Amino acid sequence: MSKMLQFPVRSKQQWTNIALQAALAVVVGGLIYAAAVNAANNLAKAGIASGFRFWDNTAGFDISQTLISYSSSTSTFGRAFWVGLLNTLLIASLGIVLATALGFTIGIARLSRNWLVSHLAGGYVELVRNIPLLLQILFWYNAVLKSLPDLRGSIAIPGGAFLNNRGLFLPQPLFGPNFGYVVAVLVFGIVATLAAGIWGRRRQERTGQPPRTLNYAFGLIVLLPLVVFFAAGAPLSFSFPELARFNIRGGIEILPEFAALLVALTIYTAAFIAEVVRAGILAVAPGQTEAAQALGLRSGATLRLVVVPQAMRVIVPPLTSQYLNLTKNSSLAVAIGYPDLVQVFAGSVLNITGQAVEVIAITMAVYLFLSLVTSFLMNLYGRRVAIAER
Amino acid sequence: MAVADQVYLRDAPAKLLPAPVASTGLLGWLRANLLSSPANIALTIICVAAIVWIVPPLLRFFIFDAVWSGADREACLPSEQRPEPGACWAFVREWSSYFVYGFYPISERWRVDLFFGLLALGIAWLAWLGAPRRDLGAIYFFIVLPILSYILLSGVTMIGLPDVPTSLWGGILVTIVVATVGIVASLPLGILLALGRRSTMPAVRLASITFIEFVRGVPLITVLFMASVMLPLFVPDRFAPDKLVRALIGVALFASAYMAEVVRGGLLSIPRGQFEAAQALGLSYWRMMVLVILPQALRVTLPNIVNTFIGLFKDTTLVFIVGIFDFLRTIEAARGDPHWATPVTSVTGYAFAAVFYFVCCYGMSRYSRNVEARLARAHRR
Repeated sequence: MSKMLQFPVRSKQQWTNIALQAALAVVVGGLIYAAAVNAANNLAKAGIASGFRFWDNTAGFDISQTLISYSSSTSTFGRAFWVGLLNTLLIASLGIVLATALGFTIGIARLSRNWLVSHLAGGYVELVRNIPLLLQILFWYNAVLKSLPDLRGSIAIPGGAFLNNRGLFLPQPLFGPNFGYVVAVLVFGIVATLAAGIWGRRRQERTGQPPRTLNYAFGLIVLLPLVVFFAAGAPLSFSFPELARFNIRGGIEILPEFAALLVALTIYTAAFIAEVVRAGILAVAPGQTEAAQALGLRSGATLRLVVVPQAMRVIVPPLTSQYLNLTKNSSLAVAIGYPDLVQVFAGSVLNITGQAVEVIAITMAVYLFLSLVTSFLMNLYGRRVAIAER
Repeated sequence: MAVADQVYLRDAPAKLLPAPVASTGLLGWLRANLLSSPANIALTIICVAAIVWIVPPLLRFFIFDAVWSGADREACLPSEQRPEPGACWAFVREWSSYFVYGFYPISERWRVDLFFGLLALGIAWLAWLGAPRRDLGAIYFFIVLPILSYILLSGVTMIGLPDVPTSLWGGILVTIVVATVGIVASLPLGILLALGRRSTMPAVRLASITFIEFVRGVPLITVLFMASVMLPLFVPDRFAPDKLVRALIGVALFASAYMAEVVRGGLLSIPRGQFEAAQALGLSYWRMMVLVILPQALRVTLPNIVNTFIGLFKDTTLVFIVGIFDFLRTIEAARGDPHWATPVTSVTGYAFAAVFYFVCCYGMSRYSRNVEARLARAHRR
């Protein structure tokens, strides 16, 4: 073989492409290099340290809501990061649960044959979707929650709770020493129910007997823990909030910032989820419903066994992106001062340390990681429910 | 006698009976849509109760009991003639020029009005699908308008327009500027990114995918923080851009990543045959894209593009957080004015802002639905 042929033959077009890509790499690389040099210069001039050593330094600022122990005098910036992250995860997970429930209700209501119901639901969706989320958050916080009566005029809610412009004060459950048994039995009940569900489905495939998972679930998750609870001597009491002169003692405090953000995120995202659900149900061909009715299924069973499983396949991918949107939108907390990741880390920590590059990079990395994990999980689900092509 | 005379044969059709009263007209409509079953009747009753409970108080608050004129907070406080005053529209009237222009100098405000006019012309030209010379419209909107607006708003002393620093801009002006820059920059950038993502060149594809997925994975607020805090670090001191420009860069980059995905959706809907036919005609890559593929892809995906604009328009409120006086921020600032401090001021301000955003966004979404219906008709043919 001659030496010439060892080189791959390339057309003029291919050479142009290679040159283009090389140029792109040089430009991007150059930009990054220039940015890095400038940043180093500017930081040195401003006397700001670089690197991640600040992580272990004492934070020295207070956070209004902490799920893990934190004190401004001894805790580090790293601890503050975890506090903020947990607050973000808390609001996001609660928001996802509530928005899903409300969104499915409204999405189904939009398809109701009752003219009033469907138009009310439609009006809700149009109104909420077309008003910026930030405006809604500010409205709930400043116009609704902050204009509640002050401490002395606290609204007493039956059940021992108080509502005023400092937040919602709920009774705090106190767990006795034996409460661990109840939790253990509850966990056992959930695992056993899952196992029973799988077993029931296998038996149905083998014999055609319908599974009775609901009955098992009731027995294992509700009855059994209740029995253990009373057998262990009912190890649960409540600390009720009490109105004092200048504050409220005892109980759990729910910050107005938290409540406003949760309400706004739920209402806003529910409108989008409603649209996703409506589109998903409409995507199921009407012939499917008719066929189910022709087989004699009642309307509930038609929905549960025929329509919903097929609609879920269409609903899940856009639903995932709504969940991600909700998580990302929870960063608007910074506008009203709920201590989420952005407010604590990209706000307070950034202002104190001045290390913009590191702090913003860490914050973005967290959201990227959450996005990637969620889409990975949802892809798994999507693969599970995908139509088996034959 | 002929048979025909003896047999009774009908020679005209019987007269049609009217449909049963219960299934036509208002009554029929009510029965079919509101009262078809006990459950339905219950739902109807609940809905009617909810409407009766919610709507009259709202009307009373925002219209009948509202205060339409007044000099200061006294007008909107409870008084003897008006024990429960509603929305304080007098406050909005008092502050309205601030809501539109911010601190833009009063003698120069005609420039802002002219900018709004030029922008309206550009939008109408592009949005009206039957308009003449829409190609010129695109050139006007994407090239002429940005240059003109910059000269008008920011000022060029040489031609007699005094400089107006962006720190004086505010209100609806800033909201519109941010949204327009986002739209004007994100469409071309988004198209380039979408093409890059489908490119056969691995380096181009990698760069596009990295950018798109990175931006779409993080909240806009972190991108804005990055633009406002990190951008000044990345350039030499003397080039450090102004605060508004930094936010504009952040919004433009953010919007272009979302636009890229929308355009990619449009590209995916173009059948392979179109590419192959263009290549068979010997068109180069760019000619194929510009003359054959993009016109079809953009038309198919126009409703989605408009939906992205709606999202972008709502997202402009976030520049508030990095300290820019957009419309929402001016509402927040005015709300705190002690001259107008009443229990209803905040609600009034937010209601006014909500009406503004709702009208803009709902208008865009109606437009996008019309285009969608039009496209669907074209496809059926």
